Amino acid sequence: METLIILLVGVLVSIGTYLILSRRLLRIVLGASLISHAVNLLLITSGGLKTGSAPLLSERTQQFTDAIPQALILTAIVINFAVTALVLVLGYRAYQSFGSDDMEQLRGNEYE
Amino acid sequence: MAIFFIFIFLPFLSAILVPFLYKYLNRLVHTGWFVLLAPLFILIYLLQYIPSIAAGETYQYTLSWIPTLGINIVTYVDGLSLLFGLLISGVGVLVIIYSIFYMSKTREALHQFYVYLLLFMGAMLGLVFSDHLLVLYGFWELTSVSSFLLIAYWYERKSSRQGALKAMLITVIGGFGMLAGFIMLIMMADTYSIREIIAQVDVIQNHALFIPAMLCILLGAFTKSAQFPFGIWLPDAMEAPTPVSAYLHSATMVKAGIYLVARTTPIFGGSSVWFWLVAGVGVITLLYGSLSALRQTDLKALLAYSTISQLGLIMSLLGVGSLAVYFGPGEKGSLFTVATFAALFHLFNHSTFKGSLFMVVGIIDHETGKRDIRYLSGLMQVLPVTFTIAMVGAFSMAGLPPFNGFLSKEMFFAAMTELTHVSAFGLDRLGLIFPVIAWIASVFTFVYCMIFVFKTFGGKFHPEKLTRKVHEASFGMLFAPIVLCLFVVLTFFFPNVLGKYILIPALTSVLPMMPISSTDLKISAWHGINTELLMTIGVVVLGFLLFRTAKRWIRLFRNYPQTLTLNHLFNKALPSMEKRAASLTNRYMTGSLRHYLSYIFSFFVMLLLGSLLLNYGLKFDFSNDASITLFDAGLVLVMLIAALTVLLTNHRVVAIVALGAVGYMVSMFFVIFRAPDLALTQMVVETVTTVLFLLCFYHLPKLKKDIERIPFKLSNLIISISVGLTVTLLALSANGHKLFEPITAFFERAYELAGAKNIVNAILVDFRGFDTMLEISVLTIAGLGVYVLIHQRSKRRKQDETE
Repeated sequence: METLIILLVGVLVSIGTYLILSRRLLRIVLGASLISHAVNLLLITSGGLKTGSAPLLSERTQQFTDAIPQALILTAIVINFAVTALVLVLGYRAYQSFGSDDMEQLRGNEYE
Repeated sequence: MAIFFIFIFLPFLSAILVPFLYKYLNRLVHTGWFVLLAPLFILIYLLQYIPSIAAGETYQYTLSWIPTLGINIVTYVDGLSLLFGLLISGVGVLVIIYSIFYMSKTREALHQFYVYLLLFMGAMLGLVFSDHLLVLYGFWELTSVSSFLLIAYWYERKSSRQGALKAMLITVIGGFGMLAGFIMLIMMADTYSIREIIAQVDVIQNHALFIPAMLCILLGAFTKSAQFPFGIWLPDAMEAPTPVSAYLHSATMVKAGIYLVARTTPIFGGSSVWFWLVAGVGVITLLYGSLSALRQTDLKALLAYSTISQLGLIMSLLGVGSLAVYFGPGEKGSLFTVATFAALFHLFNHSTFKGSLFMVVGIIDHETGKRDIRYLSGLMQVLPVTFTIAMVGAFSMAGLPPFNGFLSKEMFFAAMTELTHVSAFGLDRLGLIFPVIAWIASVFTFVYCMIFVFKTFGGKFHPEKLTRKVHEASFGMLFAPIVLCLFVVLTFFFPNVLGKYILIPALTSVLPMMPISSTDLKISAWHGINTELLMTIGVVVLGFLLFRTAKRWIRLFRNYPQTLTLNHLFNKALPSMEKRAASLTNRYMTGSLRHYLSYIFSFFVMLLLGSLLLNYGLKFDFSNDASITLFDAGLVLVMLIAALTVLLTNHRVVAIVALGAVGYMVSMFFVIFRAPDLALTQMVVETVTTVLFLLCFYHLPKLKKDIERIPFKLSNLIISISVGLTVTLLALSANGHKLFEPITAFFERAYELAGAKNIVNAILVDFRGFDTMLEISVLTIAGLGVYVLIHQRSKRRKQDETE
């Protein structure tokens, strides 16, 4: 199962990277989101999968799955959401100001 | 002890006072008179060291600066530093007297001039008296900086600024080289003190860093002393006011490199590399300088090249003198001790006659308004005193009796001919080169000295070519060059007084291992008819013939292609370096986000994949994997399809919805991986994110709303696949290789420690509550950011509307 998930993560990262390298701002945000999903999956995989019951003490079992990666991922999800929201609004504003969402047109190596 | 430091730092102290004196007293008295006090006191103070130093004593004073790092201002007074100290303060006194009459009280910014000059003087004194290598380096750079400021004194002129920049670039590059050499020396000897390094010379000579340290230090010495090919800054430095040229660029600063070579001779002297570099470069510089001087029509440029040439002469003598270290005490060694003696003697002589010659040019410039020999002639009638000074100086430089240049030139020839009898360092085959080059260069030296005197002062006087009415300079202006000329003549008649009291102690510090007796080193004007005298007669005869026929061949020099000069190469190299740097930067700093991301991703892949492969990190272990059910495989498949849809879809809404699908699949995974809190959060967040995406999409430009495929790029594909591959390989190698047991067991005691049954929540708010607090801050900041981004915009729009 872990190997399968890691392969999936690799594919997601590839797709995300390809999207990030494209010209449209929206696609870049899509790519970043895909990569963050992949990273979350990788995090939970690193704790080992399906080794026990959910980390709730009321379950009364001998073994729980690793709770630490779950706590880390929870934090990561929220932060990722905040950043995505900000970037999206930023992209929206950039479009309003410059009339474009094409990264090639938004490039700035002239004297600013 | 304290008195010594007060005197050495007197220039710095008075530099602080100068602006105040200038502000309040300059209307009454020329500021220079106050400035004069500093070198005068130093000179008088240093003079009283002469008897005890001549008796063989040395003095050491220490002023603690950074004692924890072993950096202290250690000064060491011996013959060599005293010789330089006397030159610096003595010529300093004369130059300041001269500058009082040269620099206008009303038109010039005198406070700046004297502050820079005093800074320079203090730096130079600090340089020659330092025993600590790093402190020496500090003063060395301070001389570069103050020289830079002085060259650009008339900063509104472009040529001044360019000359200053060139001098700065070249001397500072050399200075850095020297610093590297010093650090190597310090590493080899494990001490900062020059004297302690000299004491350990046996250890250093067999060290691997010996040659690199030598080359680096020589780079510093050669750039500062304008040796070939670094001499090009000196002629351009002639844009400085003439007192500066006389002081810095003939008598003191350009001799700092000479000082360094003389100082380090006991360390490096015995090696053949040192001999060939110092003597060889010196002789080449001698020839190059004397040939280039012939081409000049500007008097100061002529003197600048002649300075280069004479510095080459001194340098080559030091190189030849280093053979004394090789041969050691004995008959052979003492023959070359004379060469070092001649170097020090000529060093003193050059300071006297070159200082007076520069002052002469300053007077000519001041009185006629011209420095170009094509406009000047017949000044003998109107400037008789100046003419006499110029003649004394120039004849001394040419090596004619009864002036001091004759004596040192004879000794120079003697040292050079001596080289033909040496059988070390390959000199048995090449030894003849030295006297031949030296003789040819001396012939040309003679010719340009004659040009200097007779083109300016000889012939008919043409007042119509000149802009000013010419009359003899004031006595104040003539005083300093007259004093220098007196030294030129007196040294010829009484050379041994100077030799006994100043030069022999200096020689003892350059060659501490040699037994030096003053009887061997008697300088005599007449010692029978020998090779040296015949060479001098040859120089005079051939030089005179060449001077008389100069009109016929000098054109040959003047028409020498400008494109082949070192100056031209430097001037071309600098802009072309700038251009190449700019084009290189423009080539990769494209401003395109995609390019920068490609660099980042490629670097990341190369570094991680490279280290993974090089360190044999690829080890897979699948034994602990959990089983795969059909349900899992189905989820993976759905997720893959959704992700590929995001990538390949033609329509943006489809992409957004597919991304939502990926998110929900992740949340499904969290369910089957037994993470209920994650599944909940992921579900909610994914929903809100998708809404945000759709909102953003709604606002996208109408123009660009047309549905389009992302253009395919092979390089992007390669980069993204390799990034994915790297992540996969890293994760696979890491998985299944647990180095130690996880610490989860501790958190499973959540109920007894924190009173919570949900372990994840206990971690978030109790065990690791800080993370959560800051994560809340992130959310708050993002929320504020979103608010500000939208609100500011509408506010400005309102403002635009009201306007």
